[in-house]
Amino acid sequence: MSSSFAPLVVLRDLHFAYGDRPILQGVSLEVPRGKITALMGASGGGKTTVLRLIGGQYKAQSGSLLFDGQEVSQLSHEQLYAARRRMGMLFQFGALFTDISVLDNVAFPLREHTDLPEAMVRDIVLMKLEAVGLRGARDLLPSEISGGMARRVALARAIALDPELVMYDEPFAGLDPISLGTAARLIRQLNDALGLTSIIVSHDLDETFAIADQVIVLANGRIAAQGTPEEVRQSRDPLVHQFVSAEPDGPVQFHYPATGVAQDFGVQAPRGAK
Amino acid sequence: MIVRGLAYLGWTLRVVLADIGHATRLFWQLLMCAPSCLRRFGLVRDQMHFLGNYSLAIISVSGLFVGFVLGLQGYYTLQRYGSASALGLLVALSLVRELGPVVSALLFAGRAGTSLTAEIGLMKAGEQLSAMEMMAIDPVRRILAPRFWAGVFVMPILSAVFSAVGILGGWVVGVVMIGVDSGSFWGQMQSGVDVWQDVGNGVVKSLVFGTTVSFVALRQGFEAQPTPEGVARATTRTVVLASLSVLALDFVLTALMFTI
Repeated sequence: MSSSFAPLVVLRDLHFAYGDRPILQGVSLEVPRGKITALMGASGGGKTTVLRLIGGQYKAQSGSLLFDGQEVSQLSHEQLYAARRRMGMLFQFGALFTDISVLDNVAFPLREHTDLPEAMVRDIVLMKLEAVGLRGARDLLPSEISGGMARRVALARAIALDPELVMYDEPFAGLDPISLGTAARLIRQLNDALGLTSIIVSHDLDETFAIADQVIVLANGRIAAQGTPEEVRQSRDPLVHQFVSAEPDGPVQFHYPATGVAQDFGVQAPRGAK
Repeated sequence: MIVRGLAYLGWTLRVVLADIGHATRLFWQLLMCAPSCLRRFGLVRDQMHFLGNYSLAIISVSGLFVGFVLGLQGYYTLQRYGSASALGLLVALSLVRELGPVVSALLFAGRAGTSLTAEIGLMKAGEQLSAMEMMAIDPVRRILAPRFWAGVFVMPILSAVFSAVGILGGWVVGVVMIGVDSGSFWGQMQSGVDVWQDVGNGVVKSLVFGTTVSFVALRQGFEAQPTPEGVARATTRTVVLASLSVLALDFVLTALMFTI
């Protein structure tokens, strides 16, 4: 059913809400294999929710979400866990296990899922750590490394089982310029060298536009623009324009909806005086 | 007004029922994890070592003082009826049947239960449980179940330590300090304490308490709001809920065990 040319992830008219608050209102998109797809948009726009839906941690209210031809919400517990073994996810702050060393963190999925001898686990882990430049940090605890390093360790852990799809949740948030460049380069290199499919959720324009093959801008639960970074940059949609040129006011308003200023500060003329 | 009251009542009932449902489901999942825990007994062993070791000091010291007090109070009461020689029996029965399981469970809830809740709650707050799920590792099986079974099995051991140290404490006060006859202290204890009826029921009690305390602690951590206040509240709730459950269950178990 699934050919190697079909998109790895397909969303069709997906609706999702937290209680009464709608997050996604009919999102349709495709994630092509071997490419880096960036999901962009203002904070709280439902980008991370899309990742959670792909990973089966949330269930959509309606619509369809296919991972390699399988409807994720229909999978049994075992099938879902089998599908997750083919995904890697990098959490915003790494989500490393704080009580074990860097080496044990990366080895964790290998030890849980395989019966490989310890010597081989060690070799695989060191190879993954070498790929992110942290082979020398293997014996440190997560509390002893910087935020940027923690994110690279988490990346090594996410690719430990050689997944087909890697999802990055805000990989650039809160990084210094050096770590930022390193992270962006790593994502591109790993994607091409390991033949991965990557989804980046981010709102860092420059870094993301530099490495993404396809950019999708989400706004108000819908897709506002879609295409190559250049096409999105040229988009005439006022909302996308506001986003890519970082203007404080526009379709996304600077002010949170509120009652009138006059009324709030009590400067309105007393009733009956008019 | 009446409609609103009814709606509120219905809503509360629904929340309570949903809560019971969630708890039962988690409990069932933990029970179902027994085979996988047995297969990877190393995980349970490490947790038993961790939980047991952490509670050992406080349990031994408390046991000693409870024994002292039992020896003293028991002697004054028994002496009125001229039966101070039964002091050993009184101390041993009180400890083995009641105080051992109950007090060590209360201490366990305060010492180990809170640390379990905080640990799980903070793992949740740091997205570690979420990350584990995305690695296709079930956090209930990998993290919660070993801790649960470790709690169940470590409780009888701790309670035995508590009772043993308590009996020694009673002996120190009664025999060494007050001068009750050592022979009758141990002799009455030996003939009066039944292995199945007294010690066995004590062990059953502590197994039940171990299950209760570790389940309450793990569930509170697992369901905690992933924020600093959320974890703080969950930790408090662990102590309150676990202690109340232990005391209530103790009454039920005692009624079942010793009235028939």
